[in-house]
Amino acid sequence: MNCIVCVTSVPDTASVIKIGDDGKHIDETGIKWIVSPYDEYALEEALKLTEANGGEVTAVTYGPARSEAALRDCLARGAHKAIHVLGGEATLGDSFTIAKVLVAALKDQEYDLVLVGVQGVGTDNAQVGPMLAEMLNLPHVSGITSLEIDGGNLTAGREVEGGKEVVSSPLPALLTCHKGLNEPRYAALKGIMAAKRKPVEKIEVGTLGIDESAGGTYSIRSLERPPEKGAGTILQGEDDPAGAAKEVVQLLRAEAKAI
Amino acid sequence: MAGILVCIEQRNGEIRKASLQALSEAKRLAGGDLPVAAVLIGEGVSGQAAGLGANGAAKVFVADDVNLKFYSAEGYAEAVVKACEAFGPSAVFFSGTAMGRDLAPRVAAKLGVGALADVVALSREGETFVARRPVYSGKAFATVDSAGTSPQVISLRPNVFELSDGGGDAEVVALDGLALSIRAMVTEFMAAEGGEIDVAEADVIVAGGRGIKGPENIGLIRDLANALGGAVGASRAIVDAGWIAHSNQVGQTGKVVSPSLYIACGISGAIQHLAGMSSSKVIVAINKDPDAPIFKVADYGIVGDLFEVIPPMIEAIKAL
Repeated sequence: MNCIVCVTSVPDTASVIKIGDDGKHIDETGIKWIVSPYDEYALEEALKLTEANGGEVTAVTYGPARSEAALRDCLARGAHKAIHVLGGEATLGDSFTIAKVLVAALKDQEYDLVLVGVQGVGTDNAQVGPMLAEMLNLPHVSGITSLEIDGGNLTAGREVEGGKEVVSSPLPALLTCHKGLNEPRYAALKGIMAAKRKPVEKIEVGTLGIDESAGGTYSIRSLERPPEKGAGTILQGEDDPAGAAKEVVQLLRAEAKAI
Repeated sequence: MAGILVCIEQRNGEIRKASLQALSEAKRLAGGDLPVAAVLIGEGVSGQAAGLGANGAAKVFVADDVNLKFYSAEGYAEAVVKACEAFGPSAVFFSGTAMGRDLAPRVAAKLGVGALADVVALSREGETFVARRPVYSGKAFATVDSAGTSPQVISLRPNVFELSDGGGDAEVVALDGLALSIRAMVTEFMAAEGGEIDVAEADVIVAGGRGIKGPENIGLIRDLANALGGAVGASRAIVDAGWIAHSNQVGQTGKVVSPSLYIACGISGAIQHLAGMSSSKVIVAINKDPDAPIFKVADYGIVGDLFEVIPPMIEAIKAL
């Protein structure tokens, strides 16, 4: 079973987000870049599947030079090879163009499954997966938290409002992966050493026939921090917790009109 | 002028409120000069179509087919694209539910366009829709548009846009000639135990963190949530500790929520958690540590022991 795993590099979730000078992107000063957390579930599932059934895991990313670190991380955890499409800064958040780039990068690959994270942490679109599936003419299931493969078919679970859907699909297919699917492994020292010798194919995005400056489908007009909140009303409830409890309920009713 | 097409979501024949909110917003944005239509997909749903006029649809395209009884991205995308061919909209709206977030990008790719996901505010400049959407889980907000491409595919976050009604019956148009080729299909729906309210849909959320000390005390959080008719939320810490299911997690690797009231109990307020809930309308924090970051985003805070504060709160709420 051959698996493609598409990953993206994102600011560490502990990062404080500041707005850059252009007013449209974040200030990248001091940002630590990590593999988007949801992509880790995609990678882990692919590694488990190939360990059980044979086959190879190919990690793919579309991003600037620094994104190679994400691929090395995937290789260190057990991916067999990697493809790095260089570019992506002008198309941040443009899911459609990103999916088109990935389609072009995967043109000569053979696979049974394409796995991606449910969303890139940061742009939070959750769109590249379903768009990529449509462009590759694959069925897809998004946001999966369980997966079973039986011959040429898969059964996946996904959480929706008020319950869980069970979805079945033939292979090949595309899956977007959610927290709960598995526990991603860490890279061991041996894996980190081995990753240095594994191949990373580099492709300039322009050679795939995609013009990043063509305008795309997503235009960022501005980026702002959320409005600052004024100081709230703090009640001291150490000595008289019941009194503070009653007071907050009264405030919620009379002042905030929230209950 | 082209118009706005709104994709209506139903489950077991019941139309979901989030879709009606999206339809209401479409009608508001359309004003008097853009036509608004809806597309309703399922099996045996035709009877509900005309009633969508109440929320602003002048015309409702219906794809009623035995193969559309359960949701499938491929089948439903085919129906929405057929409705687009019939109506020629400048924008297609979806509700940002699990289904809408799954379907909208598939439809967009089929139409050869991009999409704007999970928007929380919309305005219109002629036929260009300008959206505000949270990024970095709400640590920032982006104002975006579809860069001149059309139709503009947009999903609207549930419980943000106001529901309005008052219109008459809509004209109903059956969609024929659907070329359904469905591979991935829902085969079963397992309802959450006890019909609990999902945090993503809840108007009130009471969330617990490490301060509740153990899974045996989730009941206290649930009691407060029940008293307010709300849902139970959780910090990542207690989800990772296995005290409660991931579907309850609020924050950067959980759900991003904006209920009318959010009560954080024993949650210190890690940046990832704050990102997921700080756009709630009213925030209450209960925590022993007066320096906990959660107090910085709270409208009302109680510095105290949640085990001593919550029971009298429940009593006071019941006494209202």
